[in-house]
Amino acid sequence: MSQEYQVLAGPEGYLPPAAAVMGVELPKTGEALVEGSLVSDNEALHKIADKLLSAKNPFFFPGPLLLWAWKAGVAERAQAVRDLADAVGAGVIPMPDYRPKYPMINPAIEINPNHPNLTIWHNKIDVCVFVGVHCHYANIALKIIRGGTSCYTIALCGEAGHEDAMISLRDVNLAKIQELTAIVMDKKRQIAGGGK
Amino acid sequence: MTKNILKMSPAFADIIPAEYRELVDNGPYGRDVGVAELGTFKELLEEHPLCAGCGLALALRIFLASLPAPEDTIVVGSTGCSSLVFPQAAVQNIHSLFGNQNSVASGLKRALKLRFPDKDKDVIVVAGDGATADIGLDMVMHSWFRRENITTIMLDNEAYANTGGQESGMSQQGTVLYMAPKGKNFPKISMPELAREAGCVYVAVGTPAQPRKLEKMLKRAIILARHVGPTYVQIMTPCPTNYKFKNNETVNRLKGLEKDGVFKPREYITAEAQEALNRLEEVSK
Repeated sequence: MSQEYQVLAGPEGYLPPAAAVMGVELPKTGEALVEGSLVSDNEALHKIADKLLSAKNPFFFPGPLLLWAWKAGVAERAQAVRDLADAVGAGVIPMPDYRPKYPMINPAIEINPNHPNLTIWHNKIDVCVFVGVHCHYANIALKIIRGGTSCYTIALCGEAGHEDAMISLRDVNLAKIQELTAIVMDKKRQIAGGGK
Repeated sequence: MTKNILKMSPAFADIIPAEYRELVDNGPYGRDVGVAELGTFKELLEEHPLCAGCGLALALRIFLASLPAPEDTIVVGSTGCSSLVFPQAAVQNIHSLFGNQNSVASGLKRALKLRFPDKDKDVIVVAGDGATADIGLDMVMHSWFRRENITTIMLDNEAYANTGGQESGMSQQGTVLYMAPKGKNFPKISMPELAREAGCVYVAVGTPAQPRKLEKMLKRAIILARHVGPTYVQIMTPCPTNYKFKNNETVNRLKGLEKDGVFKPREYITAEAQEALNRLEEVSK
């Protein structure tokens, strides 16, 4: 490959390549991905906060791993994500499961991994955050969004991260969500105070 | 499945869409509800894309209401009209390649037995007549020969219905369809008798025109597959689109077919299964 592939907001066109195929590798522990490049975890946290705070219409898309309190600790993580969304001033649209639900979902109130573009178009979302979505469905949805919309995608992943998101953290747990919320709050204070 | 998967995280309870909320509050999970209670609880299927008057739709509504433990059920489907329904139903579902359904179900059941040795997980194959009696016949038969603990349900509409109307092995002799203009020239396959000879401990042929009777057959088949061996239920599900009858005549057509002797509801049960059934029904009293 002559040029490094960048994972940028689309629309990249019908059937964009998986970023992994284009040479983008998953981050190692302590690292993260920003637009296809490996950076430190801390740098990515700040980039996420900047992206969310500069967005016109940011939305969080919590998936079934967070929406359903299926094991101990999930309700606490869900609350932390909700606090983060509230701190950003973002909307929240759920992905309760992965059924395709043809002929069509109601894009005003839910998102589906099989046609996530409908929810993004309907609500004019410019930055979105995937969190609590099983990896295989997050991968396909992120690729569809990159292919058909201009939405900037962020994936907060509890596992190894997602190459197809524009920013992807890995090993996200309660502490990391709370750390991100603290960074967002801090940046908001700086913006309100007119400082850096 | 842990019932916790049905608990909403409080932080997001306000944004969960109404249909999920209804399933949590008034769904059939962990409750003793069935066909008699239809209309009083939130059903597992809210809407479907099948044709108006489709016999499968009727049968599947009864099937989903008859599941003894929907939260611990995995439906394995195959290509066909029924495969349009299960991605939309609130029950675990695997769609397999055309004809592979009983092989997939066999592996799944074995894996679940290893993973959850103390818990009954019902693996139920739901497929059409093409997937069961034609394309998947060897996989179906061999799962019975191997005595796999799975239930096989055939939705018999006597045609390949969503590919334009070709004859299947289950079409009656002489049947003329859009894609079978000369008429089928061999008789309907006797699948219930094949199932009985191949090792199924319980075999039933039913119809959605008799919902309570069909519910009983389905429950028996699922419970016996858990405890004794393979079971088979064949449900007659006429297709108004390909057999060219009005879509409000499905139930009458079923009754007419039975009256004319074309369709014969029947049950076979082995002595071992009957003994187990007596024991289980005695315990549940």
